[in-house]
Amino acid sequence: MSSKTTHIWKKALSNGGIAGALSILISLVGLAEKFGDTNVVKGVVTLGDFFLLLPILLVAYTTLWSNVDVPRPTLVGLSAVTGATAGVMLTLLLALGQLVDLRPMFVNASPALYSQLSRGVVLPLGYLIPPIQGLIAAMISLGIYLLPGRIRSAVIQGILWVVLVGTLRDQILLIELFKTRAISYILKTAIFASSGLSLIGALLLFAIVAGSSYYLAGRKKATTNNLPIQTRKTNRIILLVVIAVALALLPYILGIFYSEILDTTGLFIMMGLGLNIVVGFAGLLDLGYVAFYAIGAYAMGVLTSTGLGLFNLSFWQALPFALLAAWLSGILLGLPVLRMRGDYLAIVTLGFGEIVRLLALSDWLRGVLGGTQGIQSIAQPQIGGFRFNTLQELYYLILLGIALITFIAWRLKDSRLGRSWMAIREDEDVAQAMGINLVITKLLAFSTGALFAGLAGTLGAAKLTSVYPHSMTFIISINVLVLIIIGGMGSIPGVFIGALVLVGLPGLLTEFEDYRLWFYGLVLVFMMLNRPEGLLPEARRKRELHEETSALIAE
Amino acid sequence: MLKRWLQRVTLTDIVVWGIGVVIGGAVVYGTIVTLVTATYSAEQWINLTIDGLKLGGIYALIALGYTLVYGVLRMINFAHSEVFMSGPFTAVFLAKYLHQIGFYNAHPFISLLLVTLLSATVSMVVALLLERIAYRRLRYAPRLVPLITAIGASFFLQYTFRGMYGNDPETYPTLEMLKGKWNFGIISVPKTDVVVIISAFLLMLILYTIVQITKTGKAMRSVSEDKETAALMGIDVDRIIVYTFGLGGASAGVAGVLYALIFQQVHFYMGFIPGLKAFTAAVLGGIGNVVGAWLGGTLLGLIESIGPNLFLSGLGVPAPNQLKDAIAFTILVFILIFRPTGLLGERVSGTKA
Repeated sequence: MSSKTTHIWKKALSNGGIAGALSILISLVGLAEKFGDTNVVKGVVTLGDFFLLLPILLVAYTTLWSNVDVPRPTLVGLSAVTGATAGVMLTLLLALGQLVDLRPMFVNASPALYSQLSRGVVLPLGYLIPPIQGLIAAMISLGIYLLPGRIRSAVIQGILWVVLVGTLRDQILLIELFKTRAISYILKTAIFASSGLSLIGALLLFAIVAGSSYYLAGRKKATTNNLPIQTRKTNRIILLVVIAVALALLPYILGIFYSEILDTTGLFIMMGLGLNIVVGFAGLLDLGYVAFYAIGAYAMGVLTSTGLGLFNLSFWQALPFALLAAWLSGILLGLPVLRMRGDYLAIVTLGFGEIVRLLALSDWLRGVLGGTQGIQSIAQPQIGGFRFNTLQELYYLILLGIALITFIAWRLKDSRLGRSWMAIREDEDVAQAMGINLVITKLLAFSTGALFAGLAGTLGAAKLTSVYPHSMTFIISINVLVLIIIGGMGSIPGVFIGALVLVGLPGLLTEFEDYRLWFYGLVLVFMMLNRPEGLLPEARRKRELHEETSALIAE
Repeated sequence: MLKRWLQRVTLTDIVVWGIGVVIGGAVVYGTIVTLVTATYSAEQWINLTIDGLKLGGIYALIALGYTLVYGVLRMINFAHSEVFMSGPFTAVFLAKYLHQIGFYNAHPFISLLLVTLLSATVSMVVALLLERIAYRRLRYAPRLVPLITAIGASFFLQYTFRGMYGNDPETYPTLEMLKGKWNFGIISVPKTDVVVIISAFLLMLILYTIVQITKTGKAMRSVSEDKETAALMGIDVDRIIVYTFGLGGASAGVAGVLYALIFQQVHFYMGFIPGLKAFTAAVLGGIGNVVGAWLGGTLLGLIESIGPNLFLSGLGVPAPNQLKDAIAFTILVFILIFRPTGLLGERVSGTKA
């Protein structure tokens, strides 16, 4: 064997080791066992299995990807080595668990995990299960890798949809529309089992998704560009009307459980759009963004709460003052940090966010802000005799807020001010030399962002009719930051995608709550390493990020 | 002269200085009132000072990790607070095991040594993994990218440890040897506090010597001065960066054990606040500067423990200790505004921060 071929095999072996280590980590963190009962396809695969095998699938795939010019039999061997090595490492964990009780240290190293690893097979024989599973996973990867591109992406989409729908079985059946007897009967018998999908349902769903994705991928290129402009315009208008009607009906189609999630997602979209101006447009990293949400919510609370009885205004009377407070606090934070850049700015804003939270928590301001108990009985908005007090009614108000903010952000983006923000983001000194007033431009970025978060805060306060300092943590700021990074910094549609994926989806899976931040962290690191421009990147931003790296490599 | 000065002063300066004067005035007024009314006895002040010193020592040890990494990579290793958490949160299981078999109190020195070694090793490994997996590929990326990566890594580590070791705090068993107090003339100090203060100081001294005298330490300093030139002088920059992360991680691990000696309890979220404080300490002392980290840490510890009582109780603020974190963050903000180079820093932050 030449040195190059041995190198390939060593690489496959070490990749297997990495995959195994990741699978062990996933087992010990508890993802494998906690979701071991969540069936994706009943009797075949659980969500836990999926998490356990995901590293092997992905790592085997990258092993193949880095060996493009290798003959096929070798590819089979390589992926087999990767999968089997990873499996053997899981076997070692299983064996170790039989020798020593790991539970005093690793809370999740329980018998349930071991039976998950060995799939319930009695032990000496059960040790063989993880390597076999590893091999199967690696072969699936190989299969997907060898498919031609268009079929491959169709298959991957099919798999993802099966996992998603299977996991969300219970939540899907909660949709108001599906509660009608006929639909619910069809769904329960044809697709779903008592938990997760039935095997037939899974195959059916896979066929539908993969088939339609394959069909659409072929069709897309051919048609859209050939239509006359007039038709495209009418098509677009029809599409907009359909979306508007669908959005308006959404809370009643989906039901109360979903309305709660829709409202929360909506509030995060508003905050995301605000932070998108500060971080995405102007490039000022703000880690204390929750402070402005808090200020909006608390201002609403102080002004309207009958519990505190300080002002007793109505929602609409208090709204301008609350927004003004948020806007001013944006300027107040902006002024001292004008000269700071990059990471110093990030830390100072973080400090600012914590100061706001600590002040709200303290006994000192208890008379005004309520201390640890927060503020209760905050007024809800009222128009004439109609009071927005259910989640479904508040949804419309939030929708209106989002529409307003999106419109403002969208109009600002290509305005003179928006272009100044982007100039600052790209190079502050050059921007200043070009005659941009740094002070005013930066302050406008901070205060506009603060204003949007303040609006979200007032609506959030009205939604809960209460505010608590404990809900104004650093984690919210990070949450907003992650969603704009995932969507693509500076990209407005990206905010919507980010919020739906990172707030809406975890909101559906309540048992997922413990692992939400774990995934956020993972996603942040992964995105920064591999795709810093986000899922739906804004064109200029993407160019910028890749230009800098390529320029440095060229040096 | 005055005219020139007046031309240079902008509205922002006036506002910033205005805020500074108001807060400064409030602090001075509060201090005077507290001292005049003699709310606290001399003994209480001494106790607060000792509290401040021991916290300060720990902050200084953590701050070292921030400072060293900032020196060589010009990035805030936001995940350093999790490096600090990972060591003691792992070593607690060793301590509990030793306690269970009766070794812990029979051989306290060896036990503490073993626990500290494990803690330092785990923290070091976490720091090295971070560098290798997350940061190395981003060395030439735009500034915000590594910072966001570090934030992500911080959350990932926090919840990994939570997933592995559980949500509930773990408690270090108490050492019989460190129970009780030692009397120094008029005052008596808990033994734990004395041990923590002295060992933190000694460690800081050792680390200072490493950075200042050893060949690798000199290489570290030259890398933080100028990476390209250092490489031209035959220094293996990659190796030095790894070494820096290792040293910072190990000292954070030791700091973690000292922290556990004082507070006993360790949990997955324990790193966040001390990490932020230590960063403040590093900035306060002048980031990139080992002595600065020690000075900043000690000062911050003292301000944090004495400050609330001294500044705020005179102003009639109830339960001033609730605001000690707020005071620390306010200091951070003001240092960054008025003297971003910190007390001992020489670097001009205009271009670099």
